[in-house]
Amino acid sequence: MRRSGIWIGGAILTVVALAGLLAPWIAPHDPYAQDLTRRLAVPFWMEGALPEHLLGTDQLGRDYLSRLIFGARVSLIIGAMVVVVSGAIGITLGVLGGFFGGRVDDVVLFLITCRLSIPVVLVALAVVGLLGSSTSLVVAVLGLLLWDRFAVVARATTMQVRNLDYVAAAWAAGSSTPRILVSEVLPNIMTHLAVVGTLEMALAILLEAALSFLGLGVPPPLPSWGLMIAEGRDFMFFSAWVIWIPGIALFTLVLAINLLGDGLRDLFGAAPS
Amino acid sequence: MASFLLRRLILAACVALTVLTLAFTLTRLSGDLAISIAGPSATDADIAIIRTAYGLDRPLPEQFLAWVKRAAVGDFGESFFFKARVSSLIAERMPITLTLGLTGLGIALIVSIPLGILAAVREGSWVDRLVQLFAMIGQAMPSFWLGLIMMIFFGLQLGWLPVSGTGSWEHYVMPGTVLAFSAIPALTRLTRSGMIQALASDYIRTARAKGLSRFSILFKHALRNAALPVVSIASVQLGFMLGGSIVIETVFALHGVGFLAWESITKNDFPVVQAVVLVLAVIYVVLTLLADLFNAVLDPRLRG
Repeated sequence: MRRSGIWIGGAILTVVALAGLLAPWIAPHDPYAQDLTRRLAVPFWMEGALPEHLLGTDQLGRDYLSRLIFGARVSLIIGAMVVVVSGAIGITLGVLGGFFGGRVDDVVLFLITCRLSIPVVLVALAVVGLLGSSTSLVVAVLGLLLWDRFAVVARATTMQVRNLDYVAAAWAAGSSTPRILVSEVLPNIMTHLAVVGTLEMALAILLEAALSFLGLGVPPPLPSWGLMIAEGRDFMFFSAWVIWIPGIALFTLVLAINLLGDGLRDLFGAAPS
Repeated sequence: MASFLLRRLILAACVALTVLTLAFTLTRLSGDLAISIAGPSATDADIAIIRTAYGLDRPLPEQFLAWVKRAAVGDFGESFFFKARVSSLIAERMPITLTLGLTGLGIALIVSIPLGILAAVREGSWVDRLVQLFAMIGQAMPSFWLGLIMMIFFGLQLGWLPVSGTGSWEHYVMPGTVLAFSAIPALTRLTRSGMIQALASDYIRTARAKGLSRFSILFKHALRNAALPVVSIASVQLGFMLGGSIVIETVFALHGVGFLAWESITKNDFPVVQAVVLVLAVIYVVLTLLADLFNAVLDPRLRG
């Protein structure tokens, strides 16, 4: 079951990533092209579907399948960028705290405590609300907010690795502290950090969708899945499929990333908490 | 114990102060607040009047100190949009958010504790796998989307529950369930791993050897030990839920603190925004402090 988790999660993630990467070539229509004469055309499994719009069209007559495919790009790029930013912050803090201990560790623990007491969604919404929606702002805000788990795991694993023989050997061989951190400690805690990376990516994708849904994420007309659900909300009681389609896409992608992360954790062994 | 308590209190105060600074900085990000308050049709003279009226012409450190002084006694100033005291706005709406948070936590505990026990007792079986799959599905569920789908299904198609508002207890069923989903995965996994650990311990072997009933072993001996971390994480989860209820309150039009925050953000009503951030953060700090104290009282090893 665990191994199948890696395979299923990995396969879905690959398909979504390929769709996002090849979006300009595989999307049947321009995701921004409006056709007001063909608004809210139904998807293929319903009566009266248009053959050229497999998943129907939205309230402005834009092809839903094309927007869905381009939406994969938005989710994946934001998810990956957030992990890069939050990983850089969290891993640096965690490794320093775990390696040096003492006062340094006290400061790191304090920062983690502060970060956890900040309500993420609220602060992210407030920042985007004040500065105006843009993709890079969403990445920056979420990156600055989601580093706590990286820091916690990096700190705990570094504490374990610090006392192992090969670190002592590196000391004895005269390696400098930065060198030991980068070439002895970091590679040995990387597997645990990879697991955290998948969890954070899944969380970042969900949060981006929630922010965009509330109108304070990525700006329209960008085809974000959260934004598609927000735009479909006014029509959901008559044409429920307008929120079913992007919602299922979002759920499936996040589930796939979590399955992959869970499988990796079992493969590598759980990180100390 | 006294020194442990003192250290925890100092830490909590430092965290609160840091968040206070952050909440203040947050609202100064947009540049000139007077312009955003005055609105697009204001003349330069209007903006100048607003700047002096709200003290925005004074240096930032002075503004900060003035705000901290008033915030310390619960005075968050006046809302620009609602023309009311921020403290009374928040006090008015807090019961709704608390009701929602406690309903969510209650549902989460009712679902996750039995599921966690079930999975632990049948560790490795298909029941265990099913429970873990359920936890994973809960983790991947976009809460706002689940809310909308439930509105379509239970509100429109079946007509069982009202889709928005706060008139009766029925109004809290759907939002509470959606909110519970954010805590169910963590609580289920924690109950499961705690029970597995407890069931493998020596005192359970002793209890079995004494010939105690299965029920007594499971609920009187194992669960009591496994429940400790669950209780402390539950209080932390409640803090997260109050912060995260902003999305759900907006979806279901529940006029609680989260909805207030969302309205204020879209209307540039910065005194309300910074007050809500601060209040939610302080609630979280207090909840974690209580959880730590609770654990320290029950387990002397943690007082070190």
